Amino acid sequence: MIGIAGTLESNDCIITIKDSDKLEITIESIVYDYFKEQIEAVILETLKEYKLDCVSVLCQDKGALDFTIKARLITAIERMK
Amino acid sequence: MKNSLNREILEGYRPFKNSNDYLNHKSEYQKMNEKSQSSEVIFLKDIDDLFNNLIKDNMTISFHHHLRNGDGVMNLIIDELTKRNIKNIHLASSGIFPNNDISLIKAIENETITNITTNYLNGKSSELIGHNQLKGLIVLETHGGRARSIESGDLLIDLAIIAASCLDKKGNATGIIGKNACGVLGYAIPDLHYAKKVVVISDTLVDKLDKYEIDGKYVDYCLLVDSIGDSKGIISGTTNITKDPVGLKIARDATKLLLELGVIKDGFSMQTGAGGTSLAVASYIKKEMIRLNVKGSFASGGITSYFVDMLHEGLFDHLEDVQCFDLDAVKSSLADKNHLMMDASKYANPYYLPNPVVNDLDLVVLGATEIDLGFNVNVVTDSFGKIIGGSGGHSDTANGAKITMITTSLIRARIPVIKEHVTTISTPGEDVDILVTDRGIAINPKRNDLIEKLKDSKLNIMPIEKLLDLAHSITGVPKKIELGDRIIGLVKYRDGTIIDSIRNLK
Amino acid sequence: MRRSLLFIPGNNPSMLQNSDVFEADSIIIDLEDAVNITEKDSARNLVKSYLNTKKKFNSEMIVRINGMDTKYYQDDLNSIVSDQIDAIMLPKASSQNLAKLDEILTEIEGKNHLTKRIKIIPIVELASSLIEVNSIASSKRVDGILLGAEDFTSDMEVYRTKEGKEISYARSAIAVASVANHIEAIDTPFTDVNDFIGLEEDIKNSLQLGMKAKAAIHPNQIEIINRMYAPTPDQIVWAKQIMAALENANKNKLGAFSVNGKMVDKPVIERASKILKKAEIFNID
Repeated sequence: MIGIAGTLESNDCIITIKDSDKLEITIESIVYDYFKEQIEAVILETLKEYKLDCVSVLCQDKGALDFTIKARLITAIERMK
Repeated sequence: MKNSLNREILEGYRPFKNSNDYLNHKSEYQKMNEKSQSSEVIFLKDIDDLFNNLIKDNMTISFHHHLRNGDGVMNLIIDELTKRNIKNIHLASSGIFPNNDISLIKAIENETITNITTNYLNGKSSELIGHNQLKGLIVLETHGGRARSIESGDLLIDLAIIAASCLDKKGNATGIIGKNACGVLGYAIPDLHYAKKVVVISDTLVDKLDKYEIDGKYVDYCLLVDSIGDSKGIISGTTNITKDPVGLKIARDATKLLLELGVIKDGFSMQTGAGGTSLAVASYIKKEMIRLNVKGSFASGGITSYFVDMLHEGLFDHLEDVQCFDLDAVKSSLADKNHLMMDASKYANPYYLPNPVVNDLDLVVLGATEIDLGFNVNVVTDSFGKIIGGSGGHSDTANGAKITMITTSLIRARIPVIKEHVTTISTPGEDVDILVTDRGIAINPKRNDLIEKLKDSKLNIMPIEKLLDLAHSITGVPKKIELGDRIIGLVKYRDGTIIDSIRNLK
Repeated sequence: MRRSLLFIPGNNPSMLQNSDVFEADSIIIDLEDAVNITEKDSARNLVKSYLNTKKKFNSEMIVRINGMDTKYYQDDLNSIVSDQIDAIMLPKASSQNLAKLDEILTEIEGKNHLTKRIKIIPIVELASSLIEVNSIASSKRVDGILLGAEDFTSDMEVYRTKEGKEISYARSAIAVASVANHIEAIDTPFTDVNDFIGLEEDIKNSLQLGMKAKAAIHPNQIEIINRMYAPTPDQIVWAKQIMAALENANKNKLGAFSVNGKMVDKPVIERASKILKKAEIFNID
């Protein structure tokens, strides 16, 4: 099962989430050096809220703020189900 | 060693002190003798003729950048240098653009070009340079500083190559007419007067030019080629008013602020950068000038059609033009008697007598990649340390103008434009007065006079620290990133001192 | 009291996060026409997430939900009704669906322990809605009415023009019903975003008929809208005169009084008072 949400427009991101045997988070971001940890933290926190730990998440980011990353991830999760 | 702004610079160079320190060295400033004039001009047969007789290893060769992203001459010469395996050339071009990428990258990889001095660098070549592939250093000068360097002999040019859109039989040349007209060749004038040898390259020959800014008496050689490039390439995309609503909002607020400061009045003078937001400010100022029935004295800088229109509508008495950013400006430089040319030295050399034009400016509106809590501005590198531009006339105008205003959005793709310390300093904070962003305005605390005038303003004015906090509340706090540990270049201030260093990319 | 209401597409992070920069009195976050059918879930989550970034916003926050004839509106309401928003904008409003919406809102407010009462701004965009505009204007929670000229002219099978003759009656009817019910009529957006002279003419027409605010589809329209729907300097001077004369009359225990040769009675005083209140809210000298 796979869920995808978001766009590659400025300030947005595409989140792709799939079932996996372990937790994997991959981030490709235009602001990687500055915000990688913060992006990861938002993703981890949201996965925890949804009690998901065996998923692989790919975040392709164009400078999205936290609220956007969270929202796109939630939509991807809902679409995966 | 560290300079007065606490930036690490290489030993053996003069450290930046403050932006007016040049006044203390006026008596030391000695102009070299101009090259000797002669009415003789030799027309070279072809490019082989040029290279066989005039070009060899270890030379400093200069170019101007008036054809911007449409230049064909610099590429032609660089390609030939590489082909002939010439080594250790110091490229002294006043500007380098993406269309120079292919030729320049090959030349750097081949160690044909080992040193670069320029006022502006944009394109893939800056990545190569950032990864330490240039054997020597890259030096970034300002427009005024390059003129100073050339006139004083700090930058000695063996061969100046001047691309011109029209040439006559006596070696007089111009950029104003011809099939690839690009406007007045203001940046080429110091090269013309002080290089050891001067070659004019053109694609259009006439018997006699009545109006010309390149005086044939300084020209040694001429070469005709099929085409010097494509004049449509001088329109770079940064010379249109922004359509972005955020940019327009910034421009509106900036204009409101200027009205409250009483800047827009009869006889005032102004310059703007070529960015979309700066030009939007110009267009709102124009509306106010018409509403208030104000006539300004002059507008200066790189001239665009927007300022040509203002001249035609009688809003300014004259234009002082160092380069034409679009084809309407080119046409006007030929047709309008109040569209005057200024060379790079008259424009911005701090030692120009009696005063460079920048000192007469009431207002300059500029952009910034970054600005810090000390109001220091970076227009040289992006936030990752890669060279994406250069001071151009930024530090020159900021020092000369009575009011220096920076307009920028507060945040660009999640990165706050305000930092604790900018990645690279190109303009010192002492010369920067006002920052206007989409979410607030900050005034340099040094300017009590402006703060006093604005104390009853309804605009959203706050200390720059608060504006930074506001940015962080939206983006989160960005991690502090480490730059490379090798110094690969110098940012030279207009007085020849070093204001900051460029480090390698990680 | 509002002058400008800016439509922001709900699935666009860039526009959402910049929406507060444009000085619109109200932001209308759009989950309806601006959002593709395949992205309704995306938009809902994004808007909910955005609304949670602040405790309080500087402008009035309105969300245009999908129509109650769609399968989306219930999820829309469950997602976004919270203390962070001020009003729901209801497309194709009728007195019937307004009553239903009121019930749903009461339920959600109770369940989620909201500390405020969510208002409703109905959009009148059908001939049938215009006929019962008074009933709509007097419905519970209704705080203003927006004219939706695109759908209205579509319903009427007529063509929209810049002059707006074809919506003249609709504007009047909505304005009259609004005044009678002590709410404010909001004019339809002017769709040519590059024509600022046309925008000013359009606003003049709407002001003449009694509309008090206008929706905008582009941030560049906000400044003009804010300026033209605000009290003018002349009006403020007049209002100050009236209130000064009132104070004087009260001090000297005068019954009736006049200003500039005109009698000042209760409606005049109310009008003056409203002007000064607006001047204060909109921060005009």
